[in-house]
Amino acid sequence: MSRAQVEERVFGVLRWVVIAFLALITLAPFYYMLLLSVKPIDALLLDPGNLWVSARDFTLDTYREVLKPTSEGGQGFVGMLTNSALVSLGTVALTLLAAVPGAYAISRLKFFGGRHVSVLFLAVYLFPATLLAVPLFVMFAKMGLQGSLAGLAIVYIAQTVPVSIYMMKNYFVTIPLSIEEAAALDGCTRLQAVRKVVLPLALPSLMATGLYIFMIAWNEFLFALLFLAAEPDRWTVSLGLQQLAGGIEVSKTVLMAGSVVLTIPVVLLFFAAERLLTEGLTSGADKA
Amino acid sequence: MTRADSGAERRRGRPLTARARENRAGLAFVTPTFLVVLVVVVLPILWTVLLAFQNARLVDIQGMGLFGNWTLDNFDSVFGSPGFWTSLLTTLGYTVGATAGSILLGLVAALALRRPFRGRGPLRAAMLLPYVAPVVAVAFVWEIALSPQFGIVNEWGTKLLGWDQPIAFLSTRAYEVSVLGMEFELPLALLTVIAFETWRYFPFAFLFLLARLQAVPDGLEEAATVDGATITQRFRHILLPQLMPVIALLSVLRFIMTFNKFDDVYLLTGGGSGTDVVAVRVYEFLTARYDVGAAAAQALVLALILMVLLGLYFTFFAKKVQEEA
Repeated sequence: MSRAQVEERVFGVLRWVVIAFLALITLAPFYYMLLLSVKPIDALLLDPGNLWVSARDFTLDTYREVLKPTSEGGQGFVGMLTNSALVSLGTVALTLLAAVPGAYAISRLKFFGGRHVSVLFLAVYLFPATLLAVPLFVMFAKMGLQGSLAGLAIVYIAQTVPVSIYMMKNYFVTIPLSIEEAAALDGCTRLQAVRKVVLPLALPSLMATGLYIFMIAWNEFLFALLFLAAEPDRWTVSLGLQQLAGGIEVSKTVLMAGSVVLTIPVVLLFFAAERLLTEGLTSGADKA
Repeated sequence: MTRADSGAERRRGRPLTARARENRAGLAFVTPTFLVVLVVVVLPILWTVLLAFQNARLVDIQGMGLFGNWTLDNFDSVFGSPGFWTSLLTTLGYTVGATAGSILLGLVAALALRRPFRGRGPLRAAMLLPYVAPVVAVAFVWEIALSPQFGIVNEWGTKLLGWDQPIAFLSTRAYEVSVLGMEFELPLALLTVIAFETWRYFPFAFLFLLARLQAVPDGLEEAATVDGATITQRFRHILLPQLMPVIALLSVLRFIMTFNKFDDVYLLTGGGSGTDVVAVRVYEFLTARYDVGAAAAQALVLALILMVLLGLYFTFFAKKVQEEA
């Protein structure tokens, strides 16, 4: 057999091994999460290696306990879900509002300092979140915004503006200039042309960007920890789960139910818009 | 008539040229975004620089002005504090390991999923799960799965793989292994954290690499096949050069992100057992000691080191990659 044939065989087999391996490492942890979330803690302690849950053990009490408000002896995840949703939606609105004009200007218009500004927007990523954490922590302590959800949403803008500008800029470039010129001939001002022509055309990109921002805000942990740790009423789901996981009072399977509750909204959103998202993020990578 | 017109024009100034109008519109559109970035990013960073040179603790900051109280003590306490240099070394090891790991696994995945097969779509989507799922949730799952008391990994390891006793993956600083009679010490907790980071971010590399792979024209590879190139040769001489710019870009991006990473390490080990990366130290300075100045100095040092590393990269390697590509 020639070298080419040997390699053909070896890699033909290897490819399926790799595919199976990838499926295992990506799905197994999530299966494990779901599995433990419907077991009572005794069943887990009795047989930690079990990959199945028997009909006798199957329970949804874990979910009941994790969702019930703390006043009724639960862990209050419904309240935390509301907090997370408020912060995330607020961040989406604020970031889009802040990023759309800049992305449009950078992609469409030649203006003084334009290139420097677009470099600056990307350079923001060079600076670690920890570098921002210190002054924001101090500033919020000073302004009394510590422990407020609105303050958190403002902080998240810093995390999401650069990538939003980048994603939308890539899309704006693909909208033909002539459409805007036609609008201008019909008497639109530039602002009207953007609002009535460009933005509707860029709707897929706006949605993808919005979803991405939502996911970043929903999953964020460091700033929630810094600003909200002392205020259990305002905990986001991420923070609540981490804080409870540190203690020993709440059983692990109940917290697993909490993990599922935390994960599901993001995963659902993601699968609803997978195409949109992955293309928005990697557009340009194939041209590089 | 004409006179009146020109008079009016002179009063309003000359009509703007198209370019000038575009310039104005551009500035008008970019200003709101610029202001937001200025307020939430640029000004805080500048303030960090100031704070790093000030004697500032959270209690006195209320009454403190923006300037004054200058001192270099913060840098003394950063460089002089025990464990700073090992922590820096840990950060580097963690960053290099996780960056290389995630890109390598992403590349393998992209190559395996390059050609269509049944179920590729669902698998491709499922593979993005580690990247999109909330870090707190997945870190918790790893923590439970690796737990020495009721974790599935240790249960199976002791039952099926014949481990003598459960391994505390997340709290073992040095794990002794003997290979061929030689004793090694593995930094087990650090390796576990690197594995977690690799697992969580390989989908990111996978996405970019797959997009690039699918843009490689088929003709190139076909021609090479006709000339008798084997799979490894085609990969080495055709695909890899095409992928190199994307790999370089990914390396830089992942390096920056991982170097500053806080969540993953903090959630898994709390920075203990030989995983005390600098980002976690900044957090400790800030919340445990309320020493704002020292925290700022530490964050600043971290950012400067990152910039030096990136500067080195761009002067020495970026050109080379460009030439090869």
